Amino acid sequence: MGDLKVIGKRIPKKDAPLKTTGAAVYIQDMKVPGMLYGRILYSKYPHAKIVKIDTSKAEALPGVKVVLTGADVPNNFKFGFIKDNPPLKTGKVLSTRDEVAAVAAISPEIAEEALDLINIEYEELPGIFDPLEAMKEGAAMVHEEFKSNVLKMPWKFVAGDVEAAKKASAFIAEDTFSTQWVTHCCLGTSGCIASLDINNNLTMYSNTQIPSLAQNDFLEALKVFGFKNKRVRVIQCVIGGGFGSKLDTYAYEYIAILLALKARKPVKIVFSREDEFLATSPRQCTITKISQGCDKDGRLTFREMEMILDNGAYTSWGATTPSVMMVPISSLYKVPNIFYRAKCVYTNNTYSQAFRGYGNPQATFAIESNLDQLAEKAGIDPLEIRRINANEPGEVTPQNFKITSCGMKECIDEVVNRLDWKNKSGKHNGRGVGMASLIHVGGAARVYKSDGCGTIIKVDDNGKVDVITGSSEIGQGSETIISQIVAEVLGMSIDDINVINNDTDVCPWDVGAHASRTTFVAGNSALGAAQKIKTQIMEIAAKNLGESPEALEMKDGIIFSVKDKEKNISLGKVLRKVHYTLGGRMLVAEHFYDPPNENFDQNFKGNLSVAYAYGAHGVEVEVDKETGQVKILNYIAAHDVGKALNPMLLEGQIYGGGLMGIGYALGEKMIWDKGYLKNGTFLDYKMPTVQDAPPVQAVIVETDEQAGPFGAKGIGEPGLVPTAPAIANAIYDAVGVRIKDLPITPEKVLAALKEKEKGNP
Amino acid sequence: MKKEITFTLNKEKTIMEVDPQWTLLHLLREVLEMTGTKEGCGYGECGACTVIIDGEAVNSCLYPVMEVEGRSVMTIEGVALKDGSLDPIQQAFVDEGAVQCGFCIPGMIMSSKALLDKKDKPTEEEIKESIEGNLCRCTGYVKIVDAIKSVAGGR
Repeated sequence: MGDLKVIGKRIPKKDAPLKTTGAAVYIQDMKVPGMLYGRILYSKYPHAKIVKIDTSKAEALPGVKVVLTGADVPNNFKFGFIKDNPPLKTGKVLSTRDEVAAVAAISPEIAEEALDLINIEYEELPGIFDPLEAMKEGAAMVHEEFKSNVLKMPWKFVAGDVEAAKKASAFIAEDTFSTQWVTHCCLGTSGCIASLDINNNLTMYSNTQIPSLAQNDFLEALKVFGFKNKRVRVIQCVIGGGFGSKLDTYAYEYIAILLALKARKPVKIVFSREDEFLATSPRQCTITKISQGCDKDGRLTFREMEMILDNGAYTSWGATTPSVMMVPISSLYKVPNIFYRAKCVYTNNTYSQAFRGYGNPQATFAIESNLDQLAEKAGIDPLEIRRINANEPGEVTPQNFKITSCGMKECIDEVVNRLDWKNKSGKHNGRGVGMASLIHVGGAARVYKSDGCGTIIKVDDNGKVDVITGSSEIGQGSETIISQIVAEVLGMSIDDINVINNDTDVCPWDVGAHASRTTFVAGNSALGAAQKIKTQIMEIAAKNLGESPEALEMKDGIIFSVKDKEKNISLGKVLRKVHYTLGGRMLVAEHFYDPPNENFDQNFKGNLSVAYAYGAHGVEVEVDKETGQVKILNYIAAHDVGKALNPMLLEGQIYGGGLMGIGYALGEKMIWDKGYLKNGTFLDYKMPTVQDAPPVQAVIVETDEQAGPFGAKGIGEPGLVPTAPAIANAIYDAVGVRIKDLPITPEKVLAALKEKEKGNP
Repeated sequence: MKKEITFTLNKEKTIMEVDPQWTLLHLLREVLEMTGTKEGCGYGECGACTVIIDGEAVNSCLYPVMEVEGRSVMTIEGVALKDGSLDPIQQAFVDEGAVQCGFCIPGMIMSSKALLDKKDKPTEEEIKESIEGNLCRCTGYVKIVDAIKSVAGGR
């Protein structure tokens, strides 16, 4: 790859000065002239008939401009993955986050006051809050029209013959694992400003992670509202955290549009923290029955998993997480025979959505916890069973994933060496070590028909470069990485690269910041565009210098002859020559990169990603047998990242993901009790603070992925994927109890220790 | 109903007509449109709204505006120099990669600055204590602590 000047360097984020001075403008900070403030009234009950809504008092409150209820939603508009969710509900409410009325007023305070004046008469109905109850014959229907609480989604993957493999296995371990609802806790809450011009073209100020798809969703909505052939422009403000929470469009956005249409003024809706807890969609909770087997030498023979997901009352993209769960289920370690089936079940709970990892953390918790159980049965060190079965380059997995670069064994070795595994495992003296591995998509994921991203590059008279990308900056640093890639190709400083990434009127198409895909896809797109513009620049410079383009190089904004450096011309001069010439031209290049990956076929086979990311986490814990408290003494997070384009930013993803995973493992849980959220504040929802952050070592394993930009793979999600099982396994090693239900609270550990003392397993 | 208050805001004498029911955060964000100070929860649980009052880091979302009378308030807008160059603590956050989405960062900087203004070389424990009321979801806090340490050592 030669001598890299910008790639691989610890370059600070380009937007950091803006963010450290308070100058970054988030949706919370945005105002547009004439703007009204919208607020949403949520249902009082998890399941009820709406008998009567009286909005007259709210409408009469001075300063209130519009009050809407479900009756005001035109043409029975519904949104969501299977269009089962009206932005304002009529007839019935199905969860306590159901939107029943909305207000736009001249101040947030008046809007809030108006909500209190809306009188709704409900007739409460019994609800279903347990997916197992909801699946029983004769259970009441959450959506009567669907005739079943089980979503009609065929989540099933089969490879080989599991029954035969079971018979042939020397050892089999079987158990059931469950996971909880957790929420993203973006520090910047959800919000938008909907603004319509005189012709009902919409400008949406948003913090979406999917600008192009959101644009399409809003266009569809306008169509249903009766406004055909309109334009939608999505402008992203600085985004105060994503993690998947903004990977879909939501009721509040459609409500803002409806309020703005009625008020004929822009309407801003920004969630309060209570709204954010109540009305954004968490990671789905799961119940997983798993069994895995191996031969006498520890080679895995089969993996069988049956999973039930609480879908909640409505269906978002989150209902497709079983497709990504299949990645580890089919392909984490070499397993020839696989059976997997998942059911998403309607309940009167909150509906779930995407959250960093997209189902992978739940699946990996079951797989990696159960793998330790199997290792124990087989009498093999948990480390060895992982080494024996580790994935390798060149492998084709049961789901037809073509494994290119793979540093799984190296990651396991890093964990083993840094934890001093050999000396610390198997002591059962209150201290223990555990590990877990991961596979995730690392070269995008073809979830939609396209997995592409466009880039336009233009160069100005002064030799500065504008990179107009479809990709989104959500804090992860895509702006900086894209600048580094372009700067490397053009031999420039990243300070001369300006990235434009937040306006669908200007930016090319992209499917969004998801699937750890931005560095890979937007990076390859930017790389292609940079190479194209370089070719153009070199051709023009060659003409000016009387050389062939091949004889030239470009560095620090100067193009020179390799043989004779005196023969040179500045980039700015090249540009001025093409602009200030009769019959001049522009220097613009575009490149659309759509990776050569595959949608799943109807049997869920296909090379979903061009490359796969691997990693292994290892942890040493100390368990207090008196209190059940688990203390993390050392945490190793080793990740195969292809090539680290910017190790500093990359470590940030690993540290951030790691602590998020530790929160998932040890403390975080949304408590929904019979449909009511019981801990919807930061005080009650235990998101980790700095005092909860244990010492974490981020270890970067480089494997040089040929398909990646400068060798890179994705790293956005992997940091939290194996965290919970690594900790659960370490606890087992320390005190011999296995916690199978997340989060692993001191109460559960203590109860398990008591059971163990009684002699129960 | 409005009352007049006089206080120092980012080193400038400031006289404002305020509603006694406002919080300081309301005055800053909604009235003065100084939006660098963030609201993450509105209940003093996340620290995004931290400002420095008479040398102490406080949650401005809980701080009654009338209490500001006669006091000196520093917000994130008052930390960088007038010529736009960053304060060492801001520069450290940039250089150490402590910033991701950035929403918590103004509060983090105000909390750590309050500590550093009082103490040249705080211990790691003191650094962590200074930001234990500031929530961050992106960074795992590692590089934030590193950034504060780098300034604490360098002073």
